[in-house]
Amino acid sequence: MRRVAVIGVGQSEFVRAYPGSIRELAFEAFREAMEDGGLKPAAIDASIVCSAPEYDRQRSPAGVIAEYLGLNPQPTFYVETLCSSSTTGVRLAAALIASGQHDVVAVIGFQKMSEISSAESQERMGRGADIQWESPFGTMMPAYYAMYARAHMAAYGTTLEDLALIRVKSSVYGRLNEKAVYRKEVTPAQLADPKDRMAGPVASPLRVGDCCANADGSSCLLLAAEDRARDCRKKPVWLLGVGSASASVNLTGRDLFTGLSVAREAARRAYRMAGVGPDDIDVAEVHDCFTIAELMAYEDLGFAEPGGGRELIRNRATYREGKIPVNVDGGLLSKGHPIGATGGSQVRTIVLQLRGEAGAMQVKEPRIGLVHNIGGVGLYGNVLILGIE
Amino acid sequence: MGQKSEAGLDDRFRRFGTVGFTGITRVNDFIAHLEEGRVAGTRCRDCGQVFFPPCADCRSCFSRRMAWFAVEGEGRLVSWSRLAFGPAGFQEDVPYTIALLDFGGYKVFGRVDRAVSEEELAVGLPMKVRVERLPGDRLSYAFVKA
Repeated sequence: MRRVAVIGVGQSEFVRAYPGSIRELAFEAFREAMEDGGLKPAAIDASIVCSAPEYDRQRSPAGVIAEYLGLNPQPTFYVETLCSSSTTGVRLAAALIASGQHDVVAVIGFQKMSEISSAESQERMGRGADIQWESPFGTMMPAYYAMYARAHMAAYGTTLEDLALIRVKSSVYGRLNEKAVYRKEVTPAQLADPKDRMAGPVASPLRVGDCCANADGSSCLLLAAEDRARDCRKKPVWLLGVGSASASVNLTGRDLFTGLSVAREAARRAYRMAGVGPDDIDVAEVHDCFTIAELMAYEDLGFAEPGGGRELIRNRATYREGKIPVNVDGGLLSKGHPIGATGGSQVRTIVLQLRGEAGAMQVKEPRIGLVHNIGGVGLYGNVLILGIE
Repeated sequence: MGQKSEAGLDDRFRRFGTVGFTGITRVNDFIAHLEEGRVAGTRCRDCGQVFFPPCADCRSCFSRRMAWFAVEGEGRLVSWSRLAFGPAGFQEDVPYTIALLDFGGYKVFGRVDRAVSEEELAVGLPMKVRVERLPGDRLSYAFVKA
């Protein structure tokens, strides 16, 4: 098996409404990644296009995007695992490269959510659950994560104030990230004030401030085999571990409600493949679609024992200067969550961190970084571990 | 049961829930049980595996020989959430509460009855299921305190 490295990263700004079509949106991230890696389209052996379906009208989007990016006649295909689509793309790209089929693969994630109303978007997210047995009750993503929050609170005494601290941390770094959609400060007082918009109810116990915003955006990662990676403009960032897992869509098929089994299983596999453990991680990007999701990720990834996540945020251990910095780019909560682009954006952040190119968000000399990207409500899970020599 | 889809198939399941997304399933008899006041799951006649929601096929032994059983007795409330916003088709319904009950051998996902206030809910609360008739000849079920 050949080693695989990330040799170029790009991301569009994440915005409420992108003033262009999906192919143009995809190009924003592609151009940045190609310039970062110093490559021309002919150097790309294959492309993998990732998004969650039904947010725009284009069927089989890989075709139009590969055409617009100048990636014909190389093979291209579409992959989706909802919110974890682009790390699933990374997993496939790594397999194609490690097996010797291709030397350089582009993973392009995109989502243009602004063409449909928020209610329509929520309906589509609801249909990402079990449409036969759950959606007829009127389910939505926030409500499912809210059920996990409720169970976590009941089991461990986690509080709404703890969840507010996650949002507050996110806003500290969102203000530093020029590509984030939400760049304003959020204070604990806002989430505690019933009259403040941030404290408005969404799905109890989660409030507006506990939820990430929809956004339009794209991401692009260029992965390459070792011999190609050595010749590139930037220091290669090695993909040391890839772990993936799935769980029952319907909550009736699950036993764990204080954490995500897919995250635990994917992390176990990724740590084993990389030969590292939670204590070796210097910087992490976790899938904080909701505040509770970040808190559970601390525990699912082994940064804290089950129930110990709240201590990490209370002690600021996940701030940039802390023991394990998490989402120091603002995370989904501040960057926004253009579903198919999110995983690629997380990987980009870790690559920039490991290269020492993260600017105002830079953690001190990280060597090993981790990405935790979840599809649906703990339905699909991908954990990636990246490192620099 | 007198209802047929365009392809001539039994599409009774279309009547399930506030908004239906599935018309045709091999467990359409779930609707017949709701009509008779029962929320029903299936049990494999060959290996005994229990399924809720009901399955037409046994993933343990690959049998297709299923028997229906009624969800009875008390389940424990695993968790719940009260929605302030609803997806398309449910906006008129908010606020409403979704929940999960654990019956020991299986779990049931659904709505909490409107008569139960959120203040009455607690993880572990004993609850039971009750069939609900909705406008437009639709059928569902909801959880009430045991």
